[in-house]
Amino acid sequence: MAKTGTIYRIAGPVVVAELEADMYDVCRVGDERLLGEVIQINGSRCIIQVYEDTTGIKPGEDVENTGQPLVVELGPGLLSSIYDGIQRPLSALRDLTGDFVKRGASAPALDRKRRWDFKASVKAGVVVKGGDAIGSVRESETILHKILVPPLVSGRIASISDGSFTVTDTVARLDSGTELKLMHNWPVRKPRPVKEKLLPKIPLITGQRIFDSLFPLAKGGVAAIPGPFGSGKTVTQQALAKWSDADIVVYVGCGERGNEMTEVLTEFPEITDPRTGKPLMQRTILIANTSNMPVAAREASVYTGVTLAEYYRDMGYSVALMADSTSRWAEAMREISSRLEEMPGEEGYPAYLSTKLSEFYERSGRVTTLAGNEASVSVIGAVSPPGGDFSEPVTQGTLRVIKTFWALDAKLAQRKHFPAINWLMSYSLYLDSLSQWYEENVAPDWMECIKRAMAVLQEEEKLMEIVQLVGSDALPEREQVTLQVARMFREFLLQQNAFHPVDTYSELKKTYRIMKTILRFADLAKAALDSGVRAQRITQVKSKDRVADVKFEKDYEAFLAGVNSDIEKEFAALK
Amino acid sequence: MKEYKTITRIAGPLIFVEKTEPVGYSELVNIALPSGEVKSGQVLDTSSDIVVAQVFEGTSGMGLGARVKFLGETIKLPVSDELLGRILSGSGKPIDDGPEVVPEKLMDITGAAINPYARSSPSDFIQTGISTIDGMNTLVRGQKLPIFSGSGLPHNEIAMQIARQAKVRGSEEGFAIVFAAMGITSEEAQKFISEFEETGALKRTVVFLNLADDPAVERLITPRMALTAAEYFAFEKGMHVLVILTDLTNYCESLREIGAARSEIPGRRGYPGYMYTDLAMIYERAGMIKGKKGSITQLPILTMPADDITHPIPDLTGYITEGQIVLSKELHSRNIYPPIDVLPSLSRLMNLGIGPRKTRDDHKQASDQLYAFYAEGKDLRGLVAIVGEESLSERERRILKFAADFEAKFVKQGKGEDREIEKTLDIGWSLLSEIPESELTRVSPEMRKKYYGKR
Repeated sequence: MAKTGTIYRIAGPVVVAELEADMYDVCRVGDERLLGEVIQINGSRCIIQVYEDTTGIKPGEDVENTGQPLVVELGPGLLSSIYDGIQRPLSALRDLTGDFVKRGASAPALDRKRRWDFKASVKAGVVVKGGDAIGSVRESETILHKILVPPLVSGRIASISDGSFTVTDTVARLDSGTELKLMHNWPVRKPRPVKEKLLPKIPLITGQRIFDSLFPLAKGGVAAIPGPFGSGKTVTQQALAKWSDADIVVYVGCGERGNEMTEVLTEFPEITDPRTGKPLMQRTILIANTSNMPVAAREASVYTGVTLAEYYRDMGYSVALMADSTSRWAEAMREISSRLEEMPGEEGYPAYLSTKLSEFYERSGRVTTLAGNEASVSVIGAVSPPGGDFSEPVTQGTLRVIKTFWALDAKLAQRKHFPAINWLMSYSLYLDSLSQWYEENVAPDWMECIKRAMAVLQEEEKLMEIVQLVGSDALPEREQVTLQVARMFREFLLQQNAFHPVDTYSELKKTYRIMKTILRFADLAKAALDSGVRAQRITQVKSKDRVADVKFEKDYEAFLAGVNSDIEKEFAALK
Repeated sequence: MKEYKTITRIAGPLIFVEKTEPVGYSELVNIALPSGEVKSGQVLDTSSDIVVAQVFEGTSGMGLGARVKFLGETIKLPVSDELLGRILSGSGKPIDDGPEVVPEKLMDITGAAINPYARSSPSDFIQTGISTIDGMNTLVRGQKLPIFSGSGLPHNEIAMQIARQAKVRGSEEGFAIVFAAMGITSEEAQKFISEFEETGALKRTVVFLNLADDPAVERLITPRMALTAAEYFAFEKGMHVLVILTDLTNYCESLREIGAARSEIPGRRGYPGYMYTDLAMIYERAGMIKGKKGSITQLPILTMPADDITHPIPDLTGYITEGQIVLSKELHSRNIYPPIDVLPSLSRLMNLGIGPRKTRDDHKQASDQLYAFYAEGKDLRGLVAIVGEESLSERERRILKFAADFEAKFVKQGKGEDREIEKTLDIGWSLLSEIPESELTRVSPEMRKKYYGKR
């Protein structure tokens, strides 16, 4: 039942109205029917956050309560789309209102006219429950879109038919009379149910050497990338969106730059997915709410994103959700909270900040779906700490829930060490649970290589402190060689050029071979030192620097074999 | 239209009016003083009981007897071709003794967000003739690249040099310039204007002036006025527009002032919690649109309070803009012009604007290598201060010398020196060629073969 009320006060995106409503009911505000959501109830007055610009709205205008929470439309046609924070398709908005986003425009998220070929996978008479697939449509060349029974619906199928349907046509009917369509709605703030949560045991392979080797993320895991501006957060997020081996990628540009979203928009359709050979866009959904778009819609955008991700998870896919940046989301909460004149917590953020953060991240996970399939949602959230200060509330609130931490470092970025991930501050708590997978699928000594590499890098840090004081020539011979090996790890393994056609993606085998080559050099160097060769001569072994070039080689096996044998030869000549 | 004499409270730039008919949010307000003076303002908060408005000209001389009129519309800028060559006040009224501008149309100054789907990706290299920008932090058409400066640094000279020299190679059209001054001194403003006059740029320039002694609240609309004019020229007249905004720090101070007057809960360092969104509404009005010829490139200038890059103003700016050009006191005191510190500087759109057919095939790799050596050299300077140069290895001494040469030959250039990009890159290679070839790990073998030791 729609109820109506009257506006009492307007202050920016916050509108107070005399209205009967429940929390999070969606309202149509004012004569222009702007979309809003009830976020506080005070006696007879409701506070509504409005997703569009409120200029010109007057007290006394009507507010209509739809009695529904904020929902997204789930069905075929989501892939390759670009939406704003409340799932309005930006391409349709452009047709409606031109090059600038104007308010009051609305368009359905899913194309109502497009027809899909539906193939039923169950017959009449079968009993289905929420989350079961009743059939499928081919959404893109690579993705088969399963049509699911909405989670809270169950019953015996009375009729079902193959054929060409729009998203709103009925494809099946239950005994109870419930109609099943290609699409259904789901409230964004409510996690979609699953049968069971599983432990993460499979890595999300990203093609980025530093992530795949030292700081892996599990499928269904959560990672955060905090970093000051200019440290390459967005480039890293985009590299992950491009190369990670998830079936579906949902990319939420939350309060970020318009030009960056455009870059994603123009680039993704042109990049081919290394696994399927089809354009990446076919597995991607973009949600763009740039920094100058309404702040309340920014608050909603991450929920919209994660709900879409959960929907594809329920079909049995592994989904990666990138949120860039969760700080903008937190700031949107702060902005609205301060308009509500709520008592602020730390740095003006609302006291419920960390609850909201953990609720959001908890929607990730490797699960058994209602239908009994194994699937996952991995979440990678960028954090933009003001002034690069990791002690601020958003970073700290995030750190409490995430398991993989990729710390971006402005200093490294300034030296053009990319990805500028600080290897001493970053960590991954998945390392142990994933070791079995790596040992079975890449190499039995994978973990050992990782441990040795980490040890060298940590030792370098200690040695550098001494070098800062006394200069590198004063170090003992053995330590000078360690510094050399550490340099090789940094430059040949950790550094990766996202803009080079070959280096942008490094398969696990290549990452492993590079590590092995450097470790082989370390072993040879140690043996040479033991037999009395001076450190100076070891650091002058020329062939070692050619490992740098392997990054840019497509046929890395042959190239590395050559480098390896040259290194062996040079060492043999040293003795 | 009704007039009200129901002002109940005046606080700083704000007036509180009671017992009004419904008033729209963001509506324009006229306030007539008994003296006959008329001031204008804007509604910040409206409810059935009370309306709060900010007064752009300040509230001095205003009493409870002033008469308030709500105009039922938002602030608009009259735009037409005639704006070019004109000098306007911070609120868009001509102050150059010229005729009134006959408007072709009125444009709302708030400006709507460009639909990300309608944007086209910026990719045209703008040659500014300044090596540290062209070579290391390339500017492209449609970008917003702020200058982070400090007090006493020559940011205005650099902005002027860019405005004078900026061109897209292979294209004859120059840039139209929209210049918005917020709270700068009349002396600084005079310098800009006489520079525009001398170079003949004034006839394709629109100037908006809010000087240090103009009302602080007016500063909040000055950049919006300027960007509205820019959008008109770029997207309706197909011109390439370069917008110079100076000084954003003054703008943010005004924002804080209003926030405090409204007794809002302050965020970091007293600045309002919505400052990020507010700044984004300004900076995001740069870019290009598919199917439209024009573009808006923004060059905002801000002075970092106490040279602190983590201060909320530069910090929030850096998160919105596509990079930043950072000036350094240290370079300035060593008499290096332009004192651009390339290490903290960045252009996020650089990769879109460089490379073969745009600049040169070696651009990316050469600049990465220059960055890497210079960063190392600067670190070594710290070390030398402790242990002396003698205890450095031979390689380290080379890098140290590289850093000094880089500053003296690459960074330093004349105020009128307009370097072609090839010249810039060649200087870079002449510096790199002082280092043994095998140490150039950021450069691919082909590029080394093509350029190393040849320039």
